[in-house]
Amino acid sequence: MEVLKIATAGSVDDGKSTLIGRILYDTKSLTTDKLEAIEKTSKKNGYDYLDFSLATDGLVAEREQGITIDVAHIYFSTAKKSYIIADTPGHVEYTRNMVTGASTSQAAIILIDARKGVIEQTNRHFFINNLLRIKDVVVAINKMDLVDFSEEKYNAIKNDFEKLMKKREYQEQNITFIPVSALKGDNVVHKSENTPWYSGTTLLEHLEDLDRKDIYNVGTPRFPVQYVIRPKTAEHHDFRGFAGKVYGGELSVGDEVVALPSQTRSKIKEIFFYDKKCETASRRSSVTITLEDEINLSRGDMLVKVNDLPAIDKRFTATISWMDSVGLAAGKKYVLQHGVNKVLAKVASVDHKIAPDYSGVDTGVQVLGMNDIAQVSFQLNRPIFFDKFKDHRTNGSFILIDTQTNSTVGAGFIS
Amino acid sequence: MSLTLELEFSMKDTSHINPLENEAIYIFREVAAQFERPVLLFSGGKDSITLVRLAQKAFWPAKIPFPLMHIDTGHNFPETIEFRDRLVEELGLELIVRNVQDSIDQGKVKEESGRYSSRNSLQTTTLLDAIEEFKFDACMGGARRDEEKARAKERIFSVRDDFGQWDEKNQRPELFDMLNGQIELGQNVRVFPISNWTELDVWSYIEAEEIEIPSIYFAHKRKIFLRDGLIWSHSDFVYQEDDEEVLERMVRFRTVGDMSCTAAVFSEASDIASVVQEIRDSTISERGARIDDKRSEAAMEKRKQQGYF
Repeated sequence: MEVLKIATAGSVDDGKSTLIGRILYDTKSLTTDKLEAIEKTSKKNGYDYLDFSLATDGLVAEREQGITIDVAHIYFSTAKKSYIIADTPGHVEYTRNMVTGASTSQAAIILIDARKGVIEQTNRHFFINNLLRIKDVVVAINKMDLVDFSEEKYNAIKNDFEKLMKKREYQEQNITFIPVSALKGDNVVHKSENTPWYSGTTLLEHLEDLDRKDIYNVGTPRFPVQYVIRPKTAEHHDFRGFAGKVYGGELSVGDEVVALPSQTRSKIKEIFFYDKKCETASRRSSVTITLEDEINLSRGDMLVKVNDLPAIDKRFTATISWMDSVGLAAGKKYVLQHGVNKVLAKVASVDHKIAPDYSGVDTGVQVLGMNDIAQVSFQLNRPIFFDKFKDHRTNGSFILIDTQTNSTVGAGFIS
Repeated sequence: MSLTLELEFSMKDTSHINPLENEAIYIFREVAAQFERPVLLFSGGKDSITLVRLAQKAFWPAKIPFPLMHIDTGHNFPETIEFRDRLVEELGLELIVRNVQDSIDQGKVKEESGRYSSRNSLQTTTLLDAIEEFKFDACMGGARRDEEKARAKERIFSVRDDFGQWDEKNQRPELFDMLNGQIELGQNVRVFPISNWTELDVWSYIEAEEIEIPSIYFAHKRKIFLRDGLIWSHSDFVYQEDDEEVLERMVRFRTVGDMSCTAAVFSEASDIASVVQEIRDSTISERGARIDDKRSEAAMEKRKQQGYF
């Protein structure tokens, strides 16, 4: 089974919720009772069309204000794939939600209102998807029905967006433009007859065609130890298995590995998925590994292949997405969670704030506020084993936890 | 490759494994590692039975390192209770049962009366008391985001305050795979390992894994009555008007709460394959058969804020 997580970003009234509703409707994922509820509410609000956005806006406050506040998850499936859409709000004050939604997604949809074209918010949506290194991005130019399905209009917006693309750091990102009308259903699931000049795929066709290689970057295997399994039963008296998820690559029986931080070498003896022995643990599988030698390994430690070591350091610089109302400043201490490993981190310096719309950096900033993105240097109480975010999405990212409130207050991408 | 090696490995690699299953196993392991007193909330329904299977997989060859807890409304289908006891026995698990009846007897909650009376919302008090009694710091449950609009915004690790309440506007962001389970004493975390599964995902998994589930999920003859377009079980626990005629029909349950809050569907699907097919073809959502959600559009959100699962 294939599962594809998609992040959506759009400004207010770009029709993001309508687009998602349209996908659900056209893939027959809306059930009768949900459809009836939408019809009832649309009528109550005096609309002469079906307000599909009602399919996604869940919280009472959102229904009252007609906006999406939090990350909502929407599910649908086709014969080929299961889809999870992380629907995030587009306002500047919800940058943190966008970062959160994008962090778990492998593809993204950026919506542009064909009447308005590329606006300041589009820059930010693109910036965030690029920062998070989402490999496949669809730019859906929406409300084509309101510009008479004009090819010129579409091309003008595409040109503007391509100018923006020159500024991106992650150049390998795959970007596809599709003219759509979410309200009328053009090129969302079904090919539109109103855009004879467009020869590309519909939005859903594009997503259906995405292969593993289109959404995952090839990296090196990292195996953070989550939990040590020691049954101590008569049958498995000496069993000592290291449970965890394999990231970035694959590990096989017989591989020579190094345990971090001890730097002890061993060989992979067995790999289990439940009670089944496997030769190879594929990326993102939750397995249990046993080693040839009895070495000391506990939660937060990591197994990597010899000749393929990550950086082992107490100092590094990262791009931070700040998510708390209490600011980040030099000298402040946080719990830094890197995968399943936790250390104490001190902010060595706030180097500069990065405008998330490609308008430059600001070196005069001392304190980061909610939704700010900045380059920050850290010092840790003990070394962690990391890769650069651009080389390894999992092993190059971390979260910051406030030591007083225990809240997750920031996300970091190691540079 | 030699013959012996082929025999030794029962799978070449793990690439075909359901990503949702990998995710759930990861979540269970995070719970076991991050919390001191976790508990799996077990209702006897298909979702919590699926959780038990996933937990088995997460810790094999060790036993599941936490107990199960059932908050029993006393109005459960006898088939579910029987099933629960057998499962616990077979897997050698610890089961804690706390009864809504006790909360009623202690005067902590008041039994509802009338046409739509149910003990469903009374469970919250019993659950919160049990969490306090055992000092549980993590309660795992089988809720899924696709079930209901408020649940669509729920985190995988969802922090509850000292009063067991959910503050939907102040939730921790969850980035990448990282789950932040740091809490203060007195707080607890609700954990949803199958957050990202859909109803069809669960049924397909039950089919693929050949997981046993209570018989009420399959078509059977049952005494029922019709009200508001829903099929209600005829039972001592369910309020019924004199003019609501008792019929005997082939039905099954798609979701199982207790008798007073779960409606049946007409069905001839008597095995797992036909149930999966029926779900695929179905145009009514799962919670469309939940009487407790029909109370208002924001019914679930309100109950969750108060500490309901």
